[in-house]
Amino acid sequence: MAIEIEQPSVGLSKVAVSDTHGEDSPYFAGWKAYDENPYDELNNPSGVIQMGLAENQVSFDLLEAFLETHSEASSWGKGAPGFRENALFQDYHGLLSFRKAMASFMEQIRGGRAKFDPERVVLTAGATAANELLTFILADPGDALLVPTPYYPGFDRDLRWRTGVKIVPIHCDSSNNFQITPQALEAAYSEAEAMNIKVRGVLITNPSNPLGVTIQRSVLEEIFDFVTRKNIHLVSDEIYSGSVFSSSEFISIAEILEARQYKNSERVHIVYSLSKDLGLPGFRVGTIYSYNDKVVTTARRMSSFTLISSQTQYLLASMLSNKEFTENYIKTNRERLRKRYNMIIEGLRSAGIECLKGNAGLFCWMNLSPLLEKPTREGELTLWNSMLHEVKLNISPGSSCHCSEPGWFRVCFANMSEQTLEVALKRIHTFMEKRERVRNLISSQ
Amino acid sequence: MTRTRLFRSRSSEEKEEEEEEQRQHYSKHNITSSTGMRVIVPLQGVVQGRGGLFLGSVIPCALFYFFQLYLKRHRSQPNPPPPQPPPENSEGQLAEVSVSALPRSLSRVHLSPRSPGGPAYVSGRANSIVKGGDLPHDVGLRKALEDPYHQSGNPDGVIQLGLAENKLSLDLVGEWLAKSAIYVEELSIGGIASYQPFDGLMELKVAVAGFMSQVMKKSVFFNPSQIILTAGATPAIEMLSFCLADTGNAFLVPTPYYPCFDRDVKWRTGVEIIPVPCRSADNFSLSITALDRAFKQAKKRGTKVRGIIISNPSNPVGGLLDRETLYSLLDFAREKNIHIVSNELFAGSTHGNEEFVSMAEIIDLEDLDRNRVHIVYGLSKDLSLPGFRVGIIYSFNDNVLAAAKKLTRFSSISALSQRLLVFMLSDSNFIQQFIEINRERLRRMYIKFVAGLKQLGIECIKSHGGFYCWADMRGYIPSYSEKGELELWDKLLNIAKVNVTPGSCCHCIEPGWFRFCFTTLTEKDIPVVMDRIRKITETCKSHS
Repeated sequence: MAIEIEQPSVGLSKVAVSDTHGEDSPYFAGWKAYDENPYDELNNPSGVIQMGLAENQVSFDLLEAFLETHSEASSWGKGAPGFRENALFQDYHGLLSFRKAMASFMEQIRGGRAKFDPERVVLTAGATAANELLTFILADPGDALLVPTPYYPGFDRDLRWRTGVKIVPIHCDSSNNFQITPQALEAAYSEAEAMNIKVRGVLITNPSNPLGVTIQRSVLEEIFDFVTRKNIHLVSDEIYSGSVFSSSEFISIAEILEARQYKNSERVHIVYSLSKDLGLPGFRVGTIYSYNDKVVTTARRMSSFTLISSQTQYLLASMLSNKEFTENYIKTNRERLRKRYNMIIEGLRSAGIECLKGNAGLFCWMNLSPLLEKPTREGELTLWNSMLHEVKLNISPGSSCHCSEPGWFRVCFANMSEQTLEVALKRIHTFMEKRERVRNLISSQ
Repeated sequence: MTRTRLFRSRSSEEKEEEEEEQRQHYSKHNITSSTGMRVIVPLQGVVQGRGGLFLGSVIPCALFYFFQLYLKRHRSQPNPPPPQPPPENSEGQLAEVSVSALPRSLSRVHLSPRSPGGPAYVSGRANSIVKGGDLPHDVGLRKALEDPYHQSGNPDGVIQLGLAENKLSLDLVGEWLAKSAIYVEELSIGGIASYQPFDGLMELKVAVAGFMSQVMKKSVFFNPSQIILTAGATPAIEMLSFCLADTGNAFLVPTPYYPCFDRDVKWRTGVEIIPVPCRSADNFSLSITALDRAFKQAKKRGTKVRGIIISNPSNPVGGLLDRETLYSLLDFAREKNIHIVSNELFAGSTHGNEEFVSMAEIIDLEDLDRNRVHIVYGLSKDLSLPGFRVGIIYSFNDNVLAAAKKLTRFSSISALSQRLLVFMLSDSNFIQQFIEINRERLRRMYIKFVAGLKQLGIECIKSHGGFYCWADMRGYIPSYSEKGELELWDKLLNIAKVNVTPGSCCHCIEPGWFRFCFTTLTEKDIPVVMDRIRKITETCKSHS
């Protein structure tokens, strides 16, 4: 009888087996803990409260109200211009009406201070896809993008995994409120050069995730001058632009370009999405707005891999082209977020915790460094673990965001009701009181 | 179960190899366009014309209705439904991926040198597309779009026979949507606005598993937990390419093949396609010998073959792979220890008398071979659903499923569309009816179309599924070459105003074959099409 030879198992690619998806980091592990024991006001009041997910639920009722009053709108009738030309057409250009609506919505968010051309709007299934797509287009495997720290943990995956592109961090620290400096930009560029890595661009998030702060005009100008000098690209991820608490405080790179009459603008690309500002992450709607014709053409074709369903485009085209609705929504959403933000800041302050002064986003950047046993990453993770398993709050540790200083945490406040937020704040209060008591006890001995 | 190998008789190997060398990638044909950016690539589920207006009003209405109902229910809950983050494995830290060893196989043209005053660098991927010019595929589609035929409104417009849309049964979908409002109350819709699992709602996976089984006449049971949903078969194929092969590796793909495989399998992945030619003498059927030869040649060149991609029913030929061939393929894959990707997108669009056999049916559940088989499917063709963007990866390999699941974050289906689909697919009476009627209409149209071509003296390979006829027009090309073929294509497009796909776009090794899609027509259109083609064939008889 023949001896059986064991077949070696059939292999998978490096992409498939690598860890670059990053889903083994604490950022995602916390979600798992939440998943296993989710807080519910009635059914599970001692469960884990999810404060690690940047989702906007504060303005949901506005969406609801719009649909109730517009479901039978004649815009769906046969006479309407919207769908006659392209009913259900699934073309990678996307529905013109939807692109127009997106462009106008983006203009409104920026208070009309910048104009957007629908022909430059490329649609993708979410900002995640948009960022990856841009990376594929702007860089080759082995090249790098410079990204200021701390940054959204998902970038490690979105920018690097399938693309083979590297991230070289632009280090920012609390000494100047984590602002990006020209020195830091140069240092990052030199670091890449020293490693023989070609830098293809800078990717900024404005307003910043996780900082919750808008980038100042002067800093934007410096960044733009820097990329022009180095002849590289600038990607501005502005997905939180509609979530700035005060309309006057957000400056988009688009405004900088307009002020300069679009000189050197072909290196700039803006990423936007409806997941945060409009609270519709389930719909998977993202866009790339590029000032570079080649990039627009290529991105369009590449978007074949990540198209938005035409039905979703239709629904949103109607919603976003309704100026009354969008104006009211933007204004109300801003106010509610501001109110939420103030609530959490006050609550944290009364518990003895300070945060970075923020003016945007769905989260705050909390400073727990005084509580660290050791001012190290391990110290931070120990604290994070306590927060997760003792206090039952899932917050995001700064190390997942590549923050160079340990002890900072991102805390989301818009993905829950006010009552839940109060419960969370109470828990933090209790936790801090307990620590204070223990400290007093120790110091009195 | 006995598994036998099939050996095809060898014929003129040398000639074949020579022809293979001649077979350059179709991108060498730099047909430039005058209208710059507006180039359109065919996508599944594109619909225009008759059904559009009706569906264009009904579908959004249905969606509004759904969204409203969802919101009503949502309001009654004290807390919003908990968001669903992508839960993944526990331990481990972020690891650096080593990319330094990746060979640059992406750019087919020179990259523009970076100059201080010049424009910022754009990657090889971007350059190769922009400089590649316009392919016949794209040119034809564009012309058809700019000047579309309409029976009464634009009788001299371009007739679109190059895009795989099925308009034959759109009315059925439309009717269902109009009636569906009645059943909405019974449906519980939750959380479509917030983050959903990127690889699709479980309810939709269950519904899709059921649909796939129905479409394949209940010959296979599909397990919902082996399904990954993504925004179309296009990303599904690309994802598998990313998961099963590294940059510089290759897949064996029998020719002629679906033109967009070049984009889906190769573009961003850096993976190669090695065409495995099939010949008219064999009715373009797959030969294990040819596969073996291609595999050995690749090995000699130092290229690692990671898998085979087959399409069943095939595009463009429309043939079905029989059981024996499927077993032989599995034998071959086992022997070489490689993967099989079975693209079964048209499984529900069979119209002949032959039985469709899915790769899933062949896999013995206890067998280790399961790990090498992956099926691609989608709802765009079989369900004639325009624009929903639903693609499926069905795999027996847990590691592939795990990796693909994570990749779906880049191409997820809108939760709104998913909900509507769950509803539709759960209406099994409708689905059963639809499948049957659609098949019948496909069959009728196929028979009429082929008969029409036959009257012109054009024969087609007998097709059993799909939306195409694979037509032999070798008698009408001015020279037996790709150039001759494209000259005929050009005449057909610009004089006869009929857009068809030349075989060279499908990497067919023999010039003179053309792909005609017959599902965008009504029966009344057929004589019009034939008349127009006759104009060309009468003047084009080759003098050989």
